[in-house]
Amino acid sequence: MNNYKGDNMVDETKKADKATIIVHSGDMDKIYSALIVANGALSMGMEASLYFTFWGLQRLQKGGLEKGPLSKMHFIGLGKSMIKSRMKKANVASLEHLFKDFKELGGKVIACEMTMEIMGVSKEDLDQDLIDEYGAVGTYIHEARDSKITLFI
Amino acid sequence: MADMKVDVKGETCPVPLVEMRKAIRKVAPGEIVEVIGTHPASKKEIPMAVEALGLELVDIEETDGVWRIRIRK
Repeated sequence: MNNYKGDNMVDETKKADKATIIVHSGDMDKIYSALIVANGALSMGMEASLYFTFWGLQRLQKGGLEKGPLSKMHFIGLGKSMIKSRMKKANVASLEHLFKDFKELGGKVIACEMTMEIMGVSKEDLDQDLIDEYGAVGTYIHEARDSKITLFI
Repeated sequence: MADMKVDVKGETCPVPLVEMRKAIRKVAPGEIVEVIGTHPASKKEIPMAVEALGLELVDIEETDGVWRIRIRK
């Protein structure tokens, strides 16, 4: 279900183009950016990998996806609720919805092992249903070296 | 006639694009997916995705801000 390389209609013989994104920030707005770009890439026939590290990794903790603060004007949560109500008005999909689509279209999630060690996070603390792989910098480079798009968010 | 209809009226970025992609994965080659929506940027971007995916754009029409795009897999 998650892997559908054979479904890529661009050229069956050629490897699909890829987007690899380092998700370093755990801020709500930046998680939105990462997932929207990744879902756009998947929708347009690319593969996509999200490498969650540092503050980004916190969003993979059980129940943590929507818990990030705003990167600016958070104001102890006031700014965030204002933005959230505006997003609701504009009918923006929830992070959970975007993540579900990301996985359905074959997107890959990598969790940074070093961050887990630093932050004292175990696999049991993380929402393991979301994670495809645990890795370090080598895994990122392996993904990124043949990616057409790489971003650090 | 469409083999699958996708109604994304009122939905915004990136939902129309993603729903189009999900529908294309579900139909058989030669079948037609019809996407109906209101998000202006998606009317431009779905045809870009159709090209990138090597699909056939059958037609696009718009009435009163509601567009309809038909794609053949």
